[in-house]
Amino acid sequence: MPHIHEAKVKKLELIANRLRQHVIRMVAKAGSGHQGGALGMADIFAVLYFHELRHQPKNPNWEDRDRLILSNGHICPVRYAAMAEAGYFSVKELMTLRQFGSRLQGHPEREKLPGTETTSGPLGSGLAQACGIAYAAKMDRKKFRTYALTSDGEHEAGLHWEAVMFAGKNRLDNLICIVDRNNIQIDGKTEDIMPLEPLRAKYESFNWHAVECAGNDIVDVVRALEEAKAIFQKPTVIIAHNIPGRGVSFMENNYLWHSQAFVPGQAEQAIKELKAIETKLLQEVC
Amino acid sequence: MLNKSANLINKLFAKDIPQASNRDGYGVGVVEAARKNKRVVVMCADLTESTRNLDFKKHFPERFIQVGVQEQFLAAGAAGLALAGKIPFVASYAMFCPGRAWEQVRTNICLNNVKVNIIGSHAGVSVGPDGATHQAIEDIAIMRVIPNITIIAPCDSVEAKKVTLAAVNYPGPCYIRLAREKSPVFTTLKTPFKIGKAEIFRHGNDVALVACGILVYNALLAAEELAKKKINARVINCHTIKPLDEKIILAAAKDCGAIVTIEEHQIAGGLGGAVAELLAKHLPTLQEFVGIKDKFGESGNSKELIEHFGLDAKSIAQAAIKAVKRK
Repeated sequence: MPHIHEAKVKKLELIANRLRQHVIRMVAKAGSGHQGGALGMADIFAVLYFHELRHQPKNPNWEDRDRLILSNGHICPVRYAAMAEAGYFSVKELMTLRQFGSRLQGHPEREKLPGTETTSGPLGSGLAQACGIAYAAKMDRKKFRTYALTSDGEHEAGLHWEAVMFAGKNRLDNLICIVDRNNIQIDGKTEDIMPLEPLRAKYESFNWHAVECAGNDIVDVVRALEEAKAIFQKPTVIIAHNIPGRGVSFMENNYLWHSQAFVPGQAEQAIKELKAIETKLLQEVC
Repeated sequence: MLNKSANLINKLFAKDIPQASNRDGYGVGVVEAARKNKRVVVMCADLTESTRNLDFKKHFPERFIQVGVQEQFLAAGAAGLALAGKIPFVASYAMFCPGRAWEQVRTNICLNNVKVNIIGSHAGVSVGPDGATHQAIEDIAIMRVIPNITIIAPCDSVEAKKVTLAAVNYPGPCYIRLAREKSPVFTTLKTPFKIGKAEIFRHGNDVALVACGILVYNALLAAEELAKKKINARVINCHTIKPLDEKIILAAAKDCGAIVTIEEHQIAGGLGGAVAELLAKHLPTLQEFVGIKDKFGESGNSKELIEHFGLDAKSIAQAAIKAVKRK
């Protein structure tokens, strides 16, 4: 069993729920954005920012911080939400997403918002940058870890596999790649667009250690991260089986919610459903 | 009249002028840069010897990173190294980096605004026998349109070494464009060099020859020919294409009233384009463009190709005469 108390699990579930509510409100206010992947990854973001990462929200450039590289930059609303909840900036600022003059760009920009680590959005390039950071850390004998969050769709990009090859060659055991395996991309289901399976075997054949987990199960995510950190001489990929649109009945597993704009009433309905889950979680805590 | 303070070599037009390639100058420079600054690392994509990184690899094996035939990774991975505090020199042929890796250079390096120095070797048609596939004559154009990056094409191996050393501490990403073939070494350690500051190599007020890369020497040769026809050409070594030394070019336009830009690159979007954009805005001046005229390269030896594409001293002189006649 992973090293996490039941009370902490409940706390993280509540945080994930809060992140989802932020995502809905942010994207609704902005009038555009990517909700499906963001909702699906909320549990992993809750675990990362509130359990896993060594970081100092008030000191985002702390030299020894763990690096979190969000390769699929389009799901940034959930990252922004997690950063705000963690204290990097005010929760109020979340509502500026995608607006003119905002630090919360449609896709993250490092120079605008400290703590985002790198500018990202064009798919397939995050793991490569994470490799560079992890390699530099090895050169400098730094203890921090580098976490690269990737979408499954971006595994269709050649550059991503260049990076997979590099990390395998250099035994970057300070690098963890988390795959948001939610099976959807803009045009449809990944296995229709360009099949990725067997994904785990692909990584293993590139000399990676592979773990799979239920990405919407806090305990299972923690278990996978603990396993990853116990592996030496190999980078680890965590293939997180996620439900896109998680927490909102009409969004779950529907690829159209990769980035579909809300029509009037939908955001309110989504918040209502998430509030209901929150109430239930709070009852369980008490 | 040659500019004495440029401190060019004495026998500038001797037949036996020393020859070396720009990439050699880089190779020496990057080893020295690494000795001076521990953050300097080199990344290669299977072209270690031909990009002149073997010495670096020998002296600093722990700071040498081999990525294989992965130019997109070369650029994106280097951005990661820079984000973690390294100063990477990434080396490939210009055709492949920045050529193949344009979007990674643009987004991961330039939009991120990280300190990566891109070494684009084998630029221009002077690469020779390898042919069109390997002759990068579009690279300045595709780099010029990206914010934050500095673009430098040194005129000889001595300057290439200076560029390499200067790039280490110069803010933001740099693209350093190098030639493969040996070319005259005509500047000296005393020749002034500063990124962003063009240098007058020859004084003259009839026409200004604004050149970059190894063609600066051809411009000097052309100026000698022009002198015989009583045309006094100013020769400017415009090694930094971005940011352009506006002051020196506007002064040349004002003094000479005619400009010839010279580059081993497509006419569209290169040094000539940069100069034309500047002049059109501030001081419209007639201009002739010596460069590749919307063609791909081809196989041949360096000299043949330079002549074929009209980049030799004779062609430059002809362009200058045409410019003077248009005045």
